[in-house]
Amino acid sequence: MAIRGLRKAFGPQPVLDGIDLEVRKGEVVVVIGPSGSGKTTLLRCINLLERYDEGSIRVDGVEVGFRDGAEGRRQRRSERELAHIRADIGMVFQLFNLFPHLTARENVMLGLRKVRGLPKREAARVAEQWLGRVGLTDKLDRLPAQLSGGQQQRVGIARAVAMEPKVLLLDEITSALDPELVGEVLTVVRELAGDGMTMIVVTHEMTFARDVGSRIVFMDGGRIQVEGTPREVLAETVHERLRAFLRRIELKHH
Amino acid sequence: MDLAIRSLPFLWEGLLVTLHVSALVVALSLVAGIVLGLALVFGPRWLYWPIRVYADFLRGIPLLVLIFFVYYGLPAFRVNLTNFASAILALSAFKTAHVIELVRGAVQSIPRGQMDAGRAIGLTFGQRLLWVIAPQAVRRFLPPWINAVVDTVKGSALVSLVGIVDLMLAIQQVIGRTYEPMPMYVLGAIMYFAINYSLSLASRQLEAHFAYVRD
Repeated sequence: MAIRGLRKAFGPQPVLDGIDLEVRKGEVVVVIGPSGSGKTTLLRCINLLERYDEGSIRVDGVEVGFRDGAEGRRQRRSERELAHIRADIGMVFQLFNLFPHLTARENVMLGLRKVRGLPKREAARVAEQWLGRVGLTDKLDRLPAQLSGGQQQRVGIARAVAMEPKVLLLDEITSALDPELVGEVLTVVRELAGDGMTMIVVTHEMTFARDVGSRIVFMDGGRIQVEGTPREVLAETVHERLRAFLRRIELKHH
Repeated sequence: MDLAIRSLPFLWEGLLVTLHVSALVVALSLVAGIVLGLALVFGPRWLYWPIRVYADFLRGIPLLVLIFFVYYGLPAFRVNLTNFASAILALSAFKTAHVIELVRGAVQSIPRGQMDAGRAIGLTFGQRLLWVIAPQAVRRFLPPWINAVVDTVKGSALVSLVGIVDLMLAIQQVIGRTYEPMPMYVLGAIMYFAINYSLSLASRQLEAHFAYVRD
């Protein structure tokens, strides 16, 4: 996946101010930064929940937001094309966003049936297999309201990975969880990373970032300020704002 | 009492007309209201204001004025409708304005994240509407909509004023011949109540059917 010169503004306020980022297959890129730095917007641009103004995002060589029109002009993609592209880009949300009227199994099955076109039985089988992977075999028929936050988020992960996305976007997926439930969710993500799932992870969990991140990216003011291995970014950096940010995070956790 | 029983077949005819008018209006306003309500929320900007103005304006004028306008007023614009067509048009237009508002409220009560989640797994707009938004919105839509249906049945009594022999006018015609208003009005009230009470009972069943958290 390659992002080049990505820009987006809400009104006069630039949110993404020229982002360049490359993510290779199997890599886990962790994005950190203060709130308002554009991390979440970056993720939302990648699967076109937000439109971007300039630059390009290519996943497996395919431009996400636009198709090449006549005379090299970029045309916005149609709703149908977007749906097709989004199906290959998984996303897990801070507030889970499970479908409250569907059971855990049905939440995972919906995309498999309507987007991938699997027959009901096959979709159920795949859903059960993934829910098993995240440790919810005994909760298949529960509605989201009957699950704990950690369990809901694991359903959210199963729903995303069951589509077998080329890249998985995790948007502060533990921020809304009680501290004692964070571990069970991060364990699942660690396993996915171990299986070679390509991921872009926005998080405030620095231990987790250090453990699973192949690379860490520090964003501030809509730009990537620092990029490197976990050790380079978290331990050895001399970048002033990054150090200040890391100190604040540490204070919050002690 | 004897009188009431002898007039029953005549009232029955009127009752059928009331039910016929109500059913037509409920069906027409439901379809139009859903289409326009969805257009209000998801449609292009140029559609927003016309629908917004329509819904606010029609809800702001008395139903009787609307019925008279269509029946007595439209002929001035060379639109001549029968009394039945006028009544159906006026009642449906009025009820549609309400349904638009109910659809808008129900759909907008669904958190934004639901649409995002639907997008993220690759559902198209139509699929998101059908499989994500509609099942949730229906639950919020039903209770106020049932009230609107009950209102429609009651409001349909106004069609008697343009000469349609519905339950209301049938009652008045019987009274006109017998000069005994009291028993007939009581009987009429009971018949209207019977319709609406059955509707309320049915609606409770319907709401239970669509509730997904059963506690």
